[in-house]
Amino acid sequence: MKSVALRIVLFMLAPMINRTSKKYPAFRDEARMHDCVLQIRTKNNKIGRHYFFKDGRVRSVAGVHPSPDAAIVFKNVDIAMQTLRPDAEMAFKVHAVKNFLMTIEGSDPIANWILKLLQRMNYEGFKFGEKMPDGCMRYTTVTNGGPLHVHVRDGKIIRMTPIEFAEDDAASWTIKARGREFKPKRQATVAPHGCSMKSTVYSDGRLLHPVKRVDFDPDGERNPQNRGISGYERISWDEALDIVANEIKRQKKKYGPGALLLQHCSHHQWGNVGYYLSAMMRFGNLIGYTRMAMNPDSWEGWYWGAQHHVGFTQRVGTPPSYGTLEDCLQEAEQIVFWSSDPESTNASYAAFESTPRRLWAKELGFDFVHIDPHYNPTAQLLGGKWIPIKPTTDPALAIAIMYVWATEGLYDKDYVAERTTGFDEWRDYLLGTDDGVPKTPEWQESETGVTARDVRALARRWAKKKTYLSCGMSGTGFGGACRGATGTQWARCMILMMAMQGWGKPGINMGGLIGGSPVDLQFYFPGYADGGISGDLNFTGSAISNYQRMPHILTVNPCMQKVPKQKIPEAIIDGEAEGYLWDGMSQEGQFVPFQYPLPGFSPIHMIYRYGSSAFSTTTNSGRFAKSYRHDSIEFVVNQTIFMEGEAQFADVILPACSNLERWDIGEWNSAGGYGLHNTEVLNHRVIALQHKCIEPLGESRSDYRIFTEILERLGMGAVFTEGCGELDWAKRIFDSSDLPKHISWKEFVRKGYFVVPAEYEECLRPPVSMRWFAEGRKKDVPEPHPLPSQWAEDYGYGVHTPSGKIEFIPEILKRNEETHPERPALNRYIPSWEGPRTKELVDRFPLQMIATHSRYSFHTYSDGSSFTNQIKDHRTQIDGQYYWIMRLSPEDAEARGIEQNDLVKVFNDRGAVICAADISHLVKTGVAKSYESSASYEVLQINGEEVEVGGSLNILTPERPQVPGTHSMSPNSTLVQVEKYRHASELMKTRAA
Amino acid sequence: MKKWNLIIDVEKGVDFINAVLSAKDEYVGNEHPGYSAPVALESSDIVTIERKVRGETPVVDAVNVLRMCNHCDDAPCMKVGGNAVKKRDDGIVIIDPEKARGRKDIVDACPYDAIVWNEELQLPQSWTFDAHLLDQGWGKPRCIAVCASGGIEAVKITDDEMRKRAEDEQLEVMKPELDTKPRIYYRNLYRYNTVLVGGTVTCENDTVDDCVEGATATLIAQGFEESVVETDEFGEFRFDRVAPNTGSCEILIACDGYATQSISVDVQDSKYIGVVRLERL
Repeated sequence: MKSVALRIVLFMLAPMINRTSKKYPAFRDEARMHDCVLQIRTKNNKIGRHYFFKDGRVRSVAGVHPSPDAAIVFKNVDIAMQTLRPDAEMAFKVHAVKNFLMTIEGSDPIANWILKLLQRMNYEGFKFGEKMPDGCMRYTTVTNGGPLHVHVRDGKIIRMTPIEFAEDDAASWTIKARGREFKPKRQATVAPHGCSMKSTVYSDGRLLHPVKRVDFDPDGERNPQNRGISGYERISWDEALDIVANEIKRQKKKYGPGALLLQHCSHHQWGNVGYYLSAMMRFGNLIGYTRMAMNPDSWEGWYWGAQHHVGFTQRVGTPPSYGTLEDCLQEAEQIVFWSSDPESTNASYAAFESTPRRLWAKELGFDFVHIDPHYNPTAQLLGGKWIPIKPTTDPALAIAIMYVWATEGLYDKDYVAERTTGFDEWRDYLLGTDDGVPKTPEWQESETGVTARDVRALARRWAKKKTYLSCGMSGTGFGGACRGATGTQWARCMILMMAMQGWGKPGINMGGLIGGSPVDLQFYFPGYADGGISGDLNFTGSAISNYQRMPHILTVNPCMQKVPKQKIPEAIIDGEAEGYLWDGMSQEGQFVPFQYPLPGFSPIHMIYRYGSSAFSTTTNSGRFAKSYRHDSIEFVVNQTIFMEGEAQFADVILPACSNLERWDIGEWNSAGGYGLHNTEVLNHRVIALQHKCIEPLGESRSDYRIFTEILERLGMGAVFTEGCGELDWAKRIFDSSDLPKHISWKEFVRKGYFVVPAEYEECLRPPVSMRWFAEGRKKDVPEPHPLPSQWAEDYGYGVHTPSGKIEFIPEILKRNEETHPERPALNRYIPSWEGPRTKELVDRFPLQMIATHSRYSFHTYSDGSSFTNQIKDHRTQIDGQYYWIMRLSPEDAEARGIEQNDLVKVFNDRGAVICAADISHLVKTGVAKSYESSASYEVLQINGEEVEVGGSLNILTPERPQVPGTHSMSPNSTLVQVEKYRHASELMKTRAA
Repeated sequence: MKKWNLIIDVEKGVDFINAVLSAKDEYVGNEHPGYSAPVALESSDIVTIERKVRGETPVVDAVNVLRMCNHCDDAPCMKVGGNAVKKRDDGIVIIDPEKARGRKDIVDACPYDAIVWNEELQLPQSWTFDAHLLDQGWGKPRCIAVCASGGIEAVKITDDEMRKRAEDEQLEVMKPELDTKPRIYYRNLYRYNTVLVGGTVTCENDTVDDCVEGATATLIAQGFEESVVETDEFGEFRFDRVAPNTGSCEILIACDGYATQSISVDVQDSKYIGVVRLERL
């Protein structure tokens, strides 16, 4: 009986394909890709049918063909039927493949093509997007700066607009506070880099053809010394992919595992399929590679410092924000923004979602304080007291504030007594009992540049008013002062200040109305770090998140060797490097050193660089140019969308398309992994199909397709794709989520987005972060942190420290003090190793430069877009060329004879960058303020001097870790000199040519 | 007859850059037949922001002012433009993408520098209030949704209603002295066109320097009391909405228990007068 059914199924296949081909031209084009013979059969050859594909038409014949191009073989009739039925369970299919119940023989590319063609029949004929009155089709996408509608006509993007919700989209939340009701606008907001996305897609910097460096010959002279110098020539995709695939094989044979380094940036274009933690990782695991061990680059001080006082290890040391939006609006009276500029940093991906909330606070009469060397856009919006401070001296200010609290009795004595340990020892330090130096406001004055009277006034008002402390980008950490030499000290101080003021009591918490929105956090959709299609359980959130919801084939990178991201140049040039683990499981993990190279593994001989440029996001990045040219590096391939600063060091460049040119699916601002529940920064959760809005520009191809075609050359195409195209994977991710309970796939791909209903009852909203702790109750916020083994006392009671209390003198640092003396358990002030106190350096380089997270680009994404370039606060056009902006105070400018929009040379011993000067009272004297993340790295020789003119300021930042024994970065402790550039006319002539 | 107006709140300009970018998105390279020819990238500043910084460290203030075609009812560009510039019944001014070719004089006629010159097409161009979208049923121009902080409001009301709103809500227009009757209104424009004068009041308190909260600061210009404010916890006072070029002023600082101090200041532009240290009586 089953045999008959199988014969019918096999017979029906050809007419089904032909019918679909006839109806849908796009499908027919795909079916035309190969003329070939496909065999489907049972292993005993008793049932089988083979298919002749010719010019997109299929003819089938029963029986077994002697030499098919590809064959799908089932162990028996049962397996065949269970796999081929239309409602076959994915879990069964994966099981069948893993256990060789279903095998593929013959040509991998042809088998892979057939499998994807069969998948495609499932949705051919679906409507994607909506027709607009002006003839445009309106699609949806998600960017790093918000979800968008994309209007397309004649294959061209006409416009991109924010998603404004329809009447039948889910209702929004309401917050009641102080007799008023607050509701968010019925739309998703968009960041500047989202607004300029169209011009990013159509940027002049787009790579439209595969290219090879002219003097690179894979079979002859490779000339590594000319990387970044010699030009490129166009080659075909076949040639490019052959070179890459052959080089992977050659390196494996010659050197073995470890020779290949897969290197990527911290971020990518949005989408759960195309993200680097998804498709790229699946690709990498299938070929094996030396992993780039990342440092917690934006969390530094919180990870290496703050977490030892209080925990939050699984959030990289930064506290959560649950429930704080309501609590803050209802109870608080003041917000202190300390190195925190949410209006520029947009909570990473959340655009201007939280801006209206801060305006509500302003209407409610909140007081605001801004501690920052820059009168930043948040201060400009809200007003209040500006406390300009010298970069890296922030812990001294914090310590002096705590001195005032301690000496004037302005702290929560009950809380300190019941919920903390070690306060007496800390107080002795504040008062100077232990070292003879009372940490008075006067003590800090010359250090920080903040007047003693302002310190007293701030300390007193802080203690008098219920205050929220907003640190960094998220309000609970991330970016800013945690990225300097004193970053660990500062982040540690923030926790201690919270402890002294009764953290968790009504109106007393961390945040700047950035997080804690009452969206439904339990509606399930995986974040980008939850593994996507990677199948990787070790270095993504897949194991704890999506693996059990989306059956797919696991992949593993068996190469144990890793190289610390910040020390890649040393690893390549010196041949060795040491790092420390970024571990989210335990506080002890970070004390574990690791070495490169690892015994038994090959040093790096090939770099597979994936996406964007790190020259203006890592430190002292000129080092990377040198390492690219090192003769041990035999091959560099860069797979990227734009000709950014780092691409010029590749031997072969593979042009990827943007996420507007391929299928994907994603939820706005949802990171998953270490960013559990980070959609709480949004007013509405928005999940979208990321339509393939236009065809890939030029010859560019999707990352997924590039990986597939390389792996097909290694016989692993079908293992990589599991027979799925990107849209099929998007469907599998859709199926893994809670979406199908609310919207059909067919409707979802048409409409494009879904708004997750807010919690329908107020009692279901998450409780306030740390309230349980302040009240001595069992932990009640919905985070499964820390891991069960990490609780010292009863499970669920106390914070993640050995005592379960906030520790002024952390036990864990005490235990490790002997091996890590630079991170003393007592958080005493240690001035920056590159800062106001390093006199010899200051004499030559008297200005402190800070280049903070960018405002108008997302890291390097959208920098270089023509619209973004024209933003006058981003780059300045002088004589037809764009220059990065350096902000200076009038006093510093005048002392140097610098006027507005003058070209200036910003330099130290590490290099020189030419910028345009922007002079205003918004910057503290003694400080040179800019943003990081220029996508350009352009080094020129002008009058015998090497200068960088693309704005890659990170060539000036120190490569030194914040403290020894950490794998950290400290870009915000950089001393520079700025002078009016003397060779401006020569430079302009050179650039114009 | 209901007509379009825009109300821009200078105080909420943190995301105004999005209005600049979305205007480029809508007009650069896009033709809207009958409304506008494609705008050239290099001359695409049909919507711009102007940064205004007032004061000196540490008492400073900064805003972004959004600027674009004012859609004046008595538009200077129409006076020179003839049939190349038309006023629609809904108040919107459109430079005809055909008839205006070669008419650089239209660019020069605008006292607000709101018209750009497209060199390639030899065409004056401006922001059309997204008229092509409004006519298709969009309820508002694109700048509203991209500036979601609420800094821009588009209203279609009668001129009488708008006049009343402007009066009730103290809305202002750019260069009112030209009497061009703009349809772009501004709220809180004082942060752009008036002067901020700040200072800090301190005293000696148990041998240390402290801020004086609650002191009264009075600004006297030409013998008239202009403004009275109190110092905050940081001893800071701010006189705002002071007329530019007021000239010589006197600032009196008074506080119970201290000798009143008088400071002479020449007020031309915004400034921080520094620290005023009070002596106990």
